[in-house]
Amino acid sequence: MTTTSTPPTLVAEGIGKSFAGVHALTDVTLEIRPGEVLALMGENGAGKSTLLKILSGDQPPDTGTLRMHGEPVTFSSPADAMAAGVRVIYQEPEIVPHVSVAENVYIGRLPATARRFNRRALRERVRADLERTGFTGAIDPDTLGSRLSAAQRQLIEILRALTSDTAVLAFDEPTSSLSDAETESLFRLIRELRESGVAIVYVSHRMKEIFELADRIAVLRDGRLIGVRPAAETDEEELVRMMVGRDLSSMFQRRHTGAADQPVASTESRRPVLELRGVTSDDVSDVDLVVHAGEVVGLAGLVGAGRSELARAVVGDVPLRGGQVVVNGRPLRLRTPGDAVAAGIGFAPEERKADALLMHRTVRDNLSLAVLDRLSRLRFVRARAERELVDRYVEQLRVRTPSPEQQIRKLSGGNQQKVVLARWLARRPDVLILDEPTRGVDVGAKAEIYAIIDELAASGVALLVISSELPEVLGLSDRIVVMQNGRIAGELDRDEATEERILALAIADHAAEGASR
Amino acid sequence: MTGTRAPLPAQTSTAAADATTPSARRPSPLHRVLEAVGVTNVSLLIALALVILVIGSQNADFFRGSNLIVIGTAVAISGLLAVVQTVVIIAGGLDISVGSVAGLASVASAMIFTATGSTAVLGLAGAVLIGLLCGLVNGAIIVYGRVNPVIATLATLAAFKGIAQLISNGRAQGYTGSDPIFIFLARGSILGIPTLIWVLLLVAGLLHVMLKYTDIGRKIYALGGNDAAARLAGININRYILAIFALAGMVAGIAGVLITARTGSGQPISGSEGLELEAITAAALGGTALKGGKGSIISTLLAVLLLGVLINGMTLLGVNPFWQNVAKGTLLVVAVVIQQLRSGERRVGIPQ
Repeated sequence: MTTTSTPPTLVAEGIGKSFAGVHALTDVTLEIRPGEVLALMGENGAGKSTLLKILSGDQPPDTGTLRMHGEPVTFSSPADAMAAGVRVIYQEPEIVPHVSVAENVYIGRLPATARRFNRRALRERVRADLERTGFTGAIDPDTLGSRLSAAQRQLIEILRALTSDTAVLAFDEPTSSLSDAETESLFRLIRELRESGVAIVYVSHRMKEIFELADRIAVLRDGRLIGVRPAAETDEEELVRMMVGRDLSSMFQRRHTGAADQPVASTESRRPVLELRGVTSDDVSDVDLVVHAGEVVGLAGLVGAGRSELARAVVGDVPLRGGQVVVNGRPLRLRTPGDAVAAGIGFAPEERKADALLMHRTVRDNLSLAVLDRLSRLRFVRARAERELVDRYVEQLRVRTPSPEQQIRKLSGGNQQKVVLARWLARRPDVLILDEPTRGVDVGAKAEIYAIIDELAASGVALLVISSELPEVLGLSDRIVVMQNGRIAGELDRDEATEERILALAIADHAAEGASR
Repeated sequence: MTGTRAPLPAQTSTAAADATTPSARRPSPLHRVLEAVGVTNVSLLIALALVILVIGSQNADFFRGSNLIVIGTAVAISGLLAVVQTVVIIAGGLDISVGSVAGLASVASAMIFTATGSTAVLGLAGAVLIGLLCGLVNGAIIVYGRVNPVIATLATLAAFKGIAQLISNGRAQGYTGSDPIFIFLARGSILGIPTLIWVLLLVAGLLHVMLKYTDIGRKIYALGGNDAAARLAGININRYILAIFALAGMVAGIAGVLITARTGSGQPISGSEGLELEAITAAALGGTALKGGKGSIISTLLAVLLLGVLINGMTLLGVNPFWQNVAKGTLLVVAVVIQQLRSGERRVGIPQ
């Protein structure tokens, strides 16, 4: 435990940041002290990544100041922040694909004599760095950047930080792509860094890691700092309460949970709508899965388990290498997503802005995109029919927009997501696949999105919901399918599912078990 | 907190200053006019007025009816290419081969005309068909060869030009100057307005209606704005890209016919060279986002007119024609720089 008398290395004072009118951070004041691990917790969208981006100089704050050793500093680029000794290690660091590991580590600082750098000296130096940090076997200095795994890329970023003067080092969920052994090495390294007086910020969802590493724990919720607790004086329960702002048990209760269990649940009306038979693509193998009418199936698993990749295969966005997708008993011939849409599958992708929204178009244009042909006669879009449809869904989903003619980028994340949902509701699909439907959505809109999912299920739609938030999966699903490594690792019924059991399936060593089954 | 942007009744006096959130307040009348006509169009009209004032004050001949007709007919051919280029750019592409396609179509129209015993209709149809085929070739290279549109059409810019030179031996072909249909296209008029201008207005009108009122147009905007979103919404984007490049080729074919009509013979190069620059400049000047997803035919038409007036004015004022090329190039850069600054993009690295 550090003494409070040590002057902080970096202080964030009253930091505020909004994107298109949505407050991502409001008045956050936080001290980052030398020789201490400060854990940063919060749900998705709580503002952790925005705060990291501000610390790293990737984004300027709208309000507030950063002080480094007491002096106000302005980072106008990541290079500025690095020069000041502040580095953020992201989950997916930038790597130059066509040069070696060694060059990637010393990028921008290559040992040069007369503009020609000495490859051998560099390799030796990186080898020594690896030895010193205990990662010798993890990576070969000669490997090309493009051939590295996620964990190895992260390691490069860590080596970059360790081989330059670093006063503040922030990790953004570093262990999500690391193996157990790698995690162990990373923790050892973090402890060493702490001993040497580096101030460490550690962002993670994993309670166990946090209590293992952190000295103090700061909790963000909806862009505000809820509190900072010394790790020794708090427990898991308090932190969860701080993160969600209410008791876990009261969240995400579905009203219509019965829909699948009650009268409808008689076996014959539990009609299978979506059936995957041995679906195999480049990223998923041999997936069997059934979603019945009126059922919500949650798809859980760690990041990289192949859930989104499975969805992309089912909607025909990546080619199937084997197996069949069957909707209402009819096997589909999937060449493009258009074929899946025509067969009654709707898909709201994870990356809303990149893959779903036309950011420069209006709410109306975005909402009617998937039903334009139905709204048209002789190819002319019937303006009145379109307006009526848009008005109806804006009202039904309570999309908060001044008008359907508002540009969608001016809406908050939650309302944008509702428009994406409305796009598919308007098509009246038989199957709806939602990938992280509440990512970057504020708490209020989240509850509304849950209600929409609930009502859709009640109206007989078969839903497949991908989510990384376990409470969400548990609250929404009638059945939970857990994926690991591109395969189904197991299935849990609503009654038997707990966070622990899902996690056990998601992380257990199923490679061996799966083979023996 | 987040989505609840209820219209605030207070502070209406600052409405003009706060142009970024127009819908949140009651707009002033000026504001509403601006909104309806569009900032781009208002800027273009102001620029047009200024240019006309300057040129007119220097040389009174500018305002003579015959000169206005000269301007109109001069912009008709590049205008055709500009409006169809607008559609291509909105869809997220770029076609720099349009000038070469027009040249090839021009030669072909005259040669078919001659070969079929002076049957103008066959010459016209053949030229348009050849344009369409050239466009399909572009589209196929882009979609199935996975070649960036700029590179693909840069390659065909050279190739189509070469084909035109090969079949014509590099010389003007045929003589269409005595055929009534070609004469009507080049020098005829309906209701006092030259046929050339009617052709431009007709094509522009059709493209405008397509973009604005049909599901095809809406999907083209979607495709250019976010192709992943368009694809996942079930739009067959490959088919759209093929069709759009075919359309560009077809319109370039029409432009080629007009070149033949104006000069009285099929021109492999002169008459079409550099038209792609004018077309892209007009589209960019008209506010068509080079990233795709944004733009309008009407703005492009205004920009075509502005360019036509500028070039005509420079000629009237005796500016060295070489300077005109410098001016055109400069204008393209200025137009795109303005566009990029307005988009607020960060000035880092090579722009997308």
